[in-house]
Amino acid sequence: MAADIAGERRAPWVLLSPSLATVGLLLIIPMLFIVVYSFWLRTATGADQVGFYLDNWIEVLGDRFYRDILFQTFAIAFYTTVICAFVGYIPAYFVANTPMKSKAFLLLMLMLPFWISYIIRTMSWINILGTSGALNTLFLSIGIIDEPIQMLYNQTTVVLGLVHYLLPFMILNVYVSLDGIDKNLTEAAQSLGCTGWQAFREVTLPLSMPGLAAGSLLCFVLAAGTYITPIVLGGPRDAMFANLVFEAIVTQLNWPLGSALSLVLLALLGVLVVIYTRYLGVDQIAKSFK
Amino acid sequence: MDDTKRYERLLNRYRDGDISRRTFLTALGAAGVVAGVTGGPMGMLARKAHAATPEQVRFDGWGGVVSEAFEKYAFAPYTEKTGIDVVSGTFGGADEYIARVKAGQPGEFNLAHLSGVFDYARYHGLELTSELNEDNIPNLKNVIPSLIEPLRKITGGTLSAVPYDYGTTGIAYNRKYISDEEAKAKGAKLMVDEAYKGKIGGWGEWKTRIWYGALQSDQDPNNIKDIDAVWDMIRSHRDLALKYWSSGAELMSLLAEEEIYVTEGWSGRIKALQDQGHDIGYHDPAGGLGWQECIFVLRGSPMAACEELLNFMLEPEVAIAVAEGQSYPPALDPNKVELGKIIPTLPAFDPSGTLSSLSFFDPAYWNENEADWSKTFSRVQRGY
Repeated sequence: MAADIAGERRAPWVLLSPSLATVGLLLIIPMLFIVVYSFWLRTATGADQVGFYLDNWIEVLGDRFYRDILFQTFAIAFYTTVICAFVGYIPAYFVANTPMKSKAFLLLMLMLPFWISYIIRTMSWINILGTSGALNTLFLSIGIIDEPIQMLYNQTTVVLGLVHYLLPFMILNVYVSLDGIDKNLTEAAQSLGCTGWQAFREVTLPLSMPGLAAGSLLCFVLAAGTYITPIVLGGPRDAMFANLVFEAIVTQLNWPLGSALSLVLLALLGVLVVIYTRYLGVDQIAKSFK
Repeated sequence: MDDTKRYERLLNRYRDGDISRRTFLTALGAAGVVAGVTGGPMGMLARKAHAATPEQVRFDGWGGVVSEAFEKYAFAPYTEKTGIDVVSGTFGGADEYIARVKAGQPGEFNLAHLSGVFDYARYHGLELTSELNEDNIPNLKNVIPSLIEPLRKITGGTLSAVPYDYGTTGIAYNRKYISDEEAKAKGAKLMVDEAYKGKIGGWGEWKTRIWYGALQSDQDPNNIKDIDAVWDMIRSHRDLALKYWSSGAELMSLLAEEEIYVTEGWSGRIKALQDQGHDIGYHDPAGGLGWQECIFVLRGSPMAACEELLNFMLEPEVAIAVAEGQSYPPALDPNKVELGKIIPTLPAFDPSGTLSSLSFFDPAYWNENEADWSKTFSRVQRGY
């Protein structure tokens, strides 16, 4: 009897062990390495000095430079998220209210960008917005402008590239939320005297907020962690926090400092996820991938 | 004590009877498990075992036309002759590559096309240098001595690399907007000329930015007296620049598409642009930046196979073909080897074989300041 109970208690752990081992080996242990690294020091030759030093943490937490870049990163991530929310809601609403047959096709179209490399998609803007790109060529040919307009390599194009990358994530999350709303509710609101707009504002929009929040969280976290987009579409000053991590590790060969920087970013984004989970739950995000 | 010695000591203790077979195998097994995650002693031994009988060697280079030239003129004939495959990889910059090497195991990376004496010294500082048996590389005698000597000085008389080519980082400009006369008259200061605001580019690499900042503030880049003046020049350039490019392909694209009119550029890449029909001028200003590239052999590599490949790559017909393909003069001494008709027309070519007209990074000086300057550049670039 006691053996059966012990076996039953062990069973979930046995079943979970492959997943736990995978998470442990691929996530927890590397993460612990990064934590350990952050307390080492870089020597003049680029080699690491093993030990327990707080220098990197004092520098990262005390230096205004890192704070400023962090704020700039969060500002860019915020603008991106807001634009994704506004621009993404409309197609999500359209897909959710489309007949079932067309819906599958539209969802497939929504997934299409994921089949192309993110870097290629980002670089495509150079051919669109460049001095001899599609837009300038069009404007010149129809006489709107006499000289090409300089549109590339600034913060606006960084945000544009991020919106392009993240919009499908927002649309999918909002779509899932909208698709789960009982259509009878809006019809009931309208039968009680609401206009179409009022029904949307009072019923549909509040009920779709969890999807909007989940999409916003995903967009914000992914945008705040990117470094490719500023490299490809940004100017000399346009850096995000992940670029500093990249530079510390790759250019300066300062892995300890890069580790401390990456942990700061991880911790701040982790706090956001915890707040979101506390009030809305992560299951909303999972729904959009089902 | 390195991991191999630890393993040997463990084996000796087992052979001497100090530890039981069970303990020995347990320790070995544990090392194997750790190797799966971190490399570790078993990983290292596996690499060494692999390296001892190479079916292939790994070569990493800059990609683009340079790698294409290596593939076509050097690796394919080498494989045909020796049966050893050359697995070719690319990197975007020396910094990126050194980070990869640091994260890898000895023997994982073998040969690399590295730039300058500066990187050679960095690799030596990280204990990544090997020791070439020069008797196995008879073609080394054809290489320009002034390219070999700086490398020897760093590694105490031995070599871990062979010089392969050289070039300059000069000023590239679009002749439609900037005349040859203007480029010559303004020199390095052309890149801080307000008239070209928004049409200026630059390599986003701290060494090059500081070198040109020194020239723009009328200082010797290898003996900077006023670093603040250099940072000010870098700030001026940053505020006028549209884009810091990060690869040769991006440099060529920015100039070809007329996104920028002026930037510093690599002589070979600019020659490639000119050959494609773009009207791009190239000028090495006074004190302009020369550099050499070498084929570096990393510690833990299969030395005999690498030395054979190096000797093969230094065969005049191979080196000349690669040089013509990548548009950088070969490291072969024109006083010893007939270089044909095309090489003397390449930018930066020195017919004297002394390279006395070019300025190079002083590795001791730049390495000494590397940690401080690379970090400060990161801040200046972002508006500080």
